[in-house]
Amino acid sequence: MANNICLNQKECGKSTGFWLLLTLGGLVMLGTLSAFFFLEHHGHIKTGMTNQIVWGLPHVFAVFLIVAASGVLNVASIGSVFGKKMYKARARLSALLALTILSGGLAVLVLDLGRPDRLIVAMTYYNFKSIFALNMIFYNGFFAIVGLYLLTMMDRKLKPWYKPIGMLAFLWRLALTTATGSIFGFLVARAGYNSALYAPMFIIYSFAYGLACFIVVQAAMYKWNDIEIDEAVLCRLKNLLATFVAAALYFTAVLHLTNLYFAKQWDFERFLLSDGGIYTLLFWGGQVMLGGFLPLLLIFSPGARKQPAILLIAALLVIIGGHAQMYVTIVGGQAFPLDMFPGYAESSSFFDGVVHAYSPSVWEMMLAVGGIATTFLITTVAVRVLKFLPEDEIKDPSSTVGQH
Amino acid sequence: MSESMNSKLEDRRDFLKASALVAGVAVGPGVLFYGIAHSRSPEEGASSKQRWGMLIDTTKCAVGCNDCVTACNTENGLSGKTGEQDSQWIRKLNIKHLQTGVEHNLPMLCQHCENPPCVDVCPTGASMKRADGIVLVDRHICIGCRYCMMACPYKARSFVHEPLTEQNPEVPRGKGCVESCTFCVQRVDRDETPACVEACTASGHQAMLFGDLNNPESDIAKAMKTVATTEVRADLGLNTGVRYQGI
Amino acid sequence: MARVVNQPGLGKGFRLAACLGAMALLAIPSMPVVAGVDLPKLEHAKGDKCVDEGGYIRRHHPELLKHHRDETMRKGIRTTKYSLKKCVECHAGSKTGSVAASKEDFCIACHSYAGVKLDCWDCHATKPGKRPSHQAAQPAVPSLMPSNGGSQ
Ligand code: SF4
Ligand code: SF4
Repeated sequence: MANNICLNQKECGKSTGFWLLLTLGGLVMLGTLSAFFFLEHHGHIKTGMTNQIVWGLPHVFAVFLIVAASGVLNVASIGSVFGKKMYKARARLSALLALTILSGGLAVLVLDLGRPDRLIVAMTYYNFKSIFALNMIFYNGFFAIVGLYLLTMMDRKLKPWYKPIGMLAFLWRLALTTATGSIFGFLVARAGYNSALYAPMFIIYSFAYGLACFIVVQAAMYKWNDIEIDEAVLCRLKNLLATFVAAALYFTAVLHLTNLYFAKQWDFERFLLSDGGIYTLLFWGGQVMLGGFLPLLLIFSPGARKQPAILLIAALLVIIGGHAQMYVTIVGGQAFPLDMFPGYAESSSFFDGVVHAYSPSVWEMMLAVGGIATTFLITTVAVRVLKFLPEDEIKDPSSTVGQH
Repeated sequence: MSESMNSKLEDRRDFLKASALVAGVAVGPGVLFYGIAHSRSPEEGASSKQRWGMLIDTTKCAVGCNDCVTACNTENGLSGKTGEQDSQWIRKLNIKHLQTGVEHNLPMLCQHCENPPCVDVCPTGASMKRADGIVLVDRHICIGCRYCMMACPYKARSFVHEPLTEQNPEVPRGKGCVESCTFCVQRVDRDETPACVEACTASGHQAMLFGDLNNPESDIAKAMKTVATTEVRADLGLNTGVRYQGI
Repeated sequence: MARVVNQPGLGKGFRLAACLGAMALLAIPSMPVVAGVDLPKLEHAKGDKCVDEGGYIRRHHPELLKHHRDETMRKGIRTTKYSLKKCVECHAGSKTGSVAASKEDFCIACHSYAGVKLDCWDCHATKPGKRPSHQAAQPAVPSLMPSNGGSQ
């Protein structure tokens, strides 16, 4: 690896680019905030969300980010829990991204509340039976633990704590994603969500989405600093992504097969897999093809070993597919009508028995992208002022630290 | 369930005898007849000695009649609009059996579950069940996350999508919070029946019966003892306070 | 206040604390002291007296109302002494019929003067209502079946 790597971007003199990025992120954020104030004033009547589709696009983006946030920490975990040096070099960036991506996701959730002015209420009144409240505790804990974890990486004096805290962070993030998945798994009344598979499935998804986000950010930083990624590292990341994506596909198949053969959710499955219009399209075209098979094809294509761009594209596809998956899960799960009287056709003035329509307004789109903007802004500033660039000193990425 | 219900009823009976006695002593004989069942003073508050419930006879519920819905809208200050973003606390539901084609017609509203999923999932505790079984949203601490709407198996809840004015002084409601049927708690607390029940009775259909499930002398408890009643989505084990007959 | 600040030898922290203390002292008997600025002119309420002594209500109405709201909302205790509905019944302005429709109305007059935002009126009615009577529940739309005269 070239030894003239610029660790601290300030010395590189590329300030214009930095400010450009900041302006870009700032503009998007401005849009988000104006959408927020607009909606806060007029109410959710200006969104496409209804009493039928109560969670919409903001939740799709927010939950994706929250799930990805816990997954992105995987890179650091492999480094410290399993002692792989190549991943250790990336631990800082991984921990930083875990924090910034989670901030982005939570920000959108909060901005979409009906009464965001009562955030303080949400922080002080807890219903401990609620999986949602439990999630809030997990998120706060995640911030604290990953923050500490980051400190142990940055401060030599805290070095002895690096491993134990890394372990704690690893376990905590598994719990966190389980809890996030359970938000849906707990909704027993809805055909689309009534499955215990949701929690483990979200963990697998988080691995794939998180790693994809990591690869994209790393690629951007390398480009920024004119660094070529080490071939061996590229190869490792590529195989890891392939494993996660394949596992996610496998879990998706298992979920739908169980629904078909064991849980007997035929109506819902028929809706999703063949008659659901946009949801069917997003499922097969978005989640399965774009987010699953296509990245796998790219990764295993002959040129991928030498071409960092291919990995980047694959990672971007996984992210797109991830959003499609969230849309199918969150919006599709609500679009399918509740079945209160099995064996009967239902109709009413409240849209019982019909597939619910959803068309997001421009306001909620602006709100939704606010999470990405938040993540982008914090990350950009952080990597500029502190040392987060992954640097590989050794050629052999499989070597481990210490006694393994 | 019926066994535990019966033993509860036994307890109630004793309690009611005792409380009627107390009331008789306190208020004097002249007033005693006024509310033996559930009259209480304003200081007293809701008590778990009661559980409010509703029995709906779908065979009496008339096709095309919307009186309960209209009465609810008037009492609670709802606009009565039926767009995708408008609130509906009670709605007329038509169900048709897919094989036999037999149709039923019934009002659907918050079922005032004994084990309400909306209360379980609410992160702040805004969704709550009163001691007497009425499920309410405390709008003072509702943050409008809509998780309760995701969790309710009956689609009983609505989110207020726009700013409101001219509310009924007894029924505060406003933008950004979730709401649902309250069994007209303001009326129940002064010994009246919910507006829908009153309207149904007034229309002559008499399809709705409201009362204290825990009081064996109440009309509703007596009726539930004699006819077959249905709990909607009984498989979920929520022990709903609203029951249907004739399905 | 100025005197305290000018005293030599006092630590910065102490001075700051003294300032804050002095401000707090000024704030307690609030309205009379800051006279000179336009005090809100409050319309005389209906009825001869408030449920409690004026100064007490002025200082403590937030807690009183909050306590009452929880009692009523969560426990179904419907006493009227500190009920918001009762406040509105006496204090609604004669012009608007409301406690919060115009700048002169009871709640807004004081709250805009004190610069304290309140969100009661997002949900609560600002006007006293006719208590919904049995007639109010009569169907507005004619029903298919003849009415039997509303007997219960
Ligand atoms: S019917 Fe729905 S809103 Fe009503 S108590 Fe049950 S879960 Fe809650
Ligand atoms: S919308 Fe309100 S009542 Fe419903 S779960 Fe959220 S905080 Fe609770």
